[in-house]
Amino acid sequence: MKNKNYTNMNVNPCKMCMPMGGSLAFKGIENSMILMHGSQGCATYIRRHMATHYNEPVDIASSSLSENQTVHGGSKNLKHGIKNVIKLYNPKIIGVLTTCLAETIGEDIKRIIDEFKNKHPITEVDIIPVSTPGYGATHYEGFFHTIRSIIEYYAVDIPEKNEKINIIAGDLTPADIRELKRIGKLFDVDFNLIPDISDTLDGSFQEDYSKIPKGGTTIDQIKSMSGAKATIELALLLEDKYSPGMFLEEKYGVKLYKMAMPIGLQGMDEFVKTIAMITGKSIPEELKAERERMLDGMIDSHKYNAEGKALIYGNPEITYSITRLCSENGITPLIVATGARAKALNRYFNSADSLVMNDVDFETIHSEVKRLKPNLLIGNSDGKFIWEKENIPLIRVGFPVHDHIGAQRKLVVGYTGSMGFLDEITNTLLDLKHKGYRQRLYDELYDKSGGEKYA
Amino acid sequence: MKSEKSFALDERKEHILINKSGSNAIKCDQNSVSGAVSQRACVYCGARVVLNPITDAVHIVHGPIGCASYTWDIRGSLSSGSENFRNSFSTDLQEKDIIFGGEKKLELAIAEIVEKVNPKTVFVYSTCVVGVIGDDIEAVCKEAEKKYSIKVIPVQSSGFAGSKKDGYKAACNAIISLMDSGSKMADIKDKRSFNYLGEFNLAGEIWILGRYFNALGLKLITGMTGDSSTEKLKKAKDASFNIVQCAGSSIYLAEQMKEKYQIDYERVSFFGIDDTSESLRKLAGLSKDEKVMEKAEAFINLMIEETRGILKDYKNRCKGKKVAIYVGGGFKAISLIKQFNELGMETVMVGTQTGRKEEYEKIKELSNEGTVILDDTNPSELESFIKEKGADLLVGGVKERPLAYKLGIAFIDHNHERKHPLCGYEGAVNFAKEVDITVNSPVWDLVRGGGLDEK
Repeated sequence: MKNKNYTNMNVNPCKMCMPMGGSLAFKGIENSMILMHGSQGCATYIRRHMATHYNEPVDIASSSLSENQTVHGGSKNLKHGIKNVIKLYNPKIIGVLTTCLAETIGEDIKRIIDEFKNKHPITEVDIIPVSTPGYGATHYEGFFHTIRSIIEYYAVDIPEKNEKINIIAGDLTPADIRELKRIGKLFDVDFNLIPDISDTLDGSFQEDYSKIPKGGTTIDQIKSMSGAKATIELALLLEDKYSPGMFLEEKYGVKLYKMAMPIGLQGMDEFVKTIAMITGKSIPEELKAERERMLDGMIDSHKYNAEGKALIYGNPEITYSITRLCSENGITPLIVATGARAKALNRYFNSADSLVMNDVDFETIHSEVKRLKPNLLIGNSDGKFIWEKENIPLIRVGFPVHDHIGAQRKLVVGYTGSMGFLDEITNTLLDLKHKGYRQRLYDELYDKSGGEKYA
Repeated sequence: MKSEKSFALDERKEHILINKSGSNAIKCDQNSVSGAVSQRACVYCGARVVLNPITDAVHIVHGPIGCASYTWDIRGSLSSGSENFRNSFSTDLQEKDIIFGGEKKLELAIAEIVEKVNPKTVFVYSTCVVGVIGDDIEAVCKEAEKKYSIKVIPVQSSGFAGSKKDGYKAACNAIISLMDSGSKMADIKDKRSFNYLGEFNLAGEIWILGRYFNALGLKLITGMTGDSSTEKLKKAKDASFNIVQCAGSSIYLAEQMKEKYQIDYERVSFFGIDDTSESLRKLAGLSKDEKVMEKAEAFINLMIEETRGILKDYKNRCKGKKVAIYVGGGFKAISLIKQFNELGMETVMVGTQTGRKEEYEKIKELSNEGTVILDDTNPSELESFIKEKGADLLVGGVKERPLAYKLGIAFIDHNHERKHPLCGYEGAVNFAKEVDITVNSPVWDLVRGGGLDEK
């Protein structure tokens, strides 16, 4: 295990802040709008960061705190902001996220919201407070903590259990979410999938633009979670206190299955087998065929992939799952790194061939790249410095992807998705090999001395 | 005609103006309205924009990770020297730092930077939290300056302490502080030497203009802050005059330099053929050198002829299209209206995040009756006015792009992230090319062609 090169600084961050995670989570809830309680910049920066990744309009309101409210409290601004958001967006849910500023000046958003509700009896809008101080943890924890808060807000004891399975999705793309839903359909099980960004962050072009994008997890789905048969939480490395599934299990006895994202053959097997086990249903033939096809493809690729030595980085979950996908087909995960404090990552990977780092920054990752010399980078756009300086190909996956198009359509889960992604990796390795091997072998082997050197 | 402002929040109505002779002045220079979803950022953003291009400086963001994460190398300023500025340094404050204070951490962070990077200048930006917990960054910087004999400059940029404009001012003060530390001002100044303020070398723009300046026999000391360095900025006092492009960010700096060093300034704009030619003429006049003025005339005539020739085709293809503009500052909006006029296109909506009163007056003067003028607008208003005015094209930044596309209209990136130069004669051609590419793309035929249901 290795930590940062700098002791008192984070240089080129491999992480974002909690309100970013909170925003990503709320964007997958139907008919919701976010109001960030803080200074104007937080909302704007987060909007910009998300807009370039998803290529979708990302509207997030801010209570626009200034000097005066910082000294005297921002309650008036927040209440006013709620009113304006209702007027402009007419949402069903308003997620109020705190920021560094609101937390530091001690804003009690729950109390402010209660006061607002007492004064304005608006019953048709649910206002959900979530505490997301930017210094509290990273966007990874902020994301799951927000999901948990949303579920906590709606959860009630349901005497009649239902047959649904709750799926707590992690750092997946809209395309991934669509694939999970398809798998649910193949099994003929109802998923309560949260957050469902499949339409909200990968919208279509339509005649009529709607300010709040269509789609997302519905309130009914969230309400039925406490009566579900089980929860599958695609967050293997998450601490219990942030875990939505843990809340449902402890408070409502919904059995929790924590696992990695269904990426790679083994990752997907685990997911599929768990659904089969929970429901007692047999595994759909279609999925079996997809698995066989994937295995066939992996055999085709294994020798090429054996030449791969990768740096894999990003959010803990995607980093873990992609690492497993690489390993199971012979790519060496030379460096595995995340900026979050996910100590569990080190526990899961304890291989002599891999350097595993958590709570790390890109400055440190970069220096390890120079030392260990991987031939492949797999992660988000923030690795572009290493890509640019070291001339190593970068396969983009995870959040954020700013310098390529189509991040919202990237499919990495499922047998077919995993195989497609593995193909992208393999082809990158093949290009590396084919591009230079004639010259390289000539330089290495041909005796340019005309025999003198070996005489 | 229906009431054009009916969808806007009441408190926003005075920030919206329909251009008519005798209409009132627009309300501007106010705090954003809570919950309105302003497109503005914060004080820190303003400071960061102006100082970031100083290439050899280390920019330390003293605060939690988000502020540093979302501003890491997102701007397209280029450097002919150091690349220090492209890195993101953050003290990454944690909960315990918020409770016990972050001064010690900052002190140690600066020590590490000095040891590992040894920069000539360090800027320390305060963020929201730092402003609230009261870290004395002035004292820490002063102490460090003494200890390491380098410039360590505090930038008071707590997000809530005003608007982006206050950030500009904080940055200008930081630049003054750096200039003050240079050697004594030259006794005899070269009449042809000058600085170029409010220019950030996006996609090499100052390099384009540098060639023009050389052709005229003028001597640019430094851009402020495009492609600048500690040494260049320290010599800036030796200029005979200053020119200012982005007035919103840098007019304060020009005023300060006039007061402190008796350097006069003129406002210029190098966007579009007309503005570029006029500005070059002005610049030559400032040198009070007949030879320079003669050279300028010859150069301008040559360039105008050449550029007009190229633009003719574009004009034919783009004329008659309607444009909506939403940019950061007033100066840019004014330049854009003129540039669209050059292309025979009509501006039907124009707005800015932080335009000043006199800039809005100029916009009123330049635009046609009925043009919608907006101050600190939001997505709801943009959507409504774009539709109502039937705009074919929106000019804006990253956050506005997906909205334009969702509304099915063309888009021009006129922001700090762009990778192609838009200034000077070359820039005017690039601009026309970009307008043509987007306005006349075959994709709009598909958009308007009707869907599968069409018989």
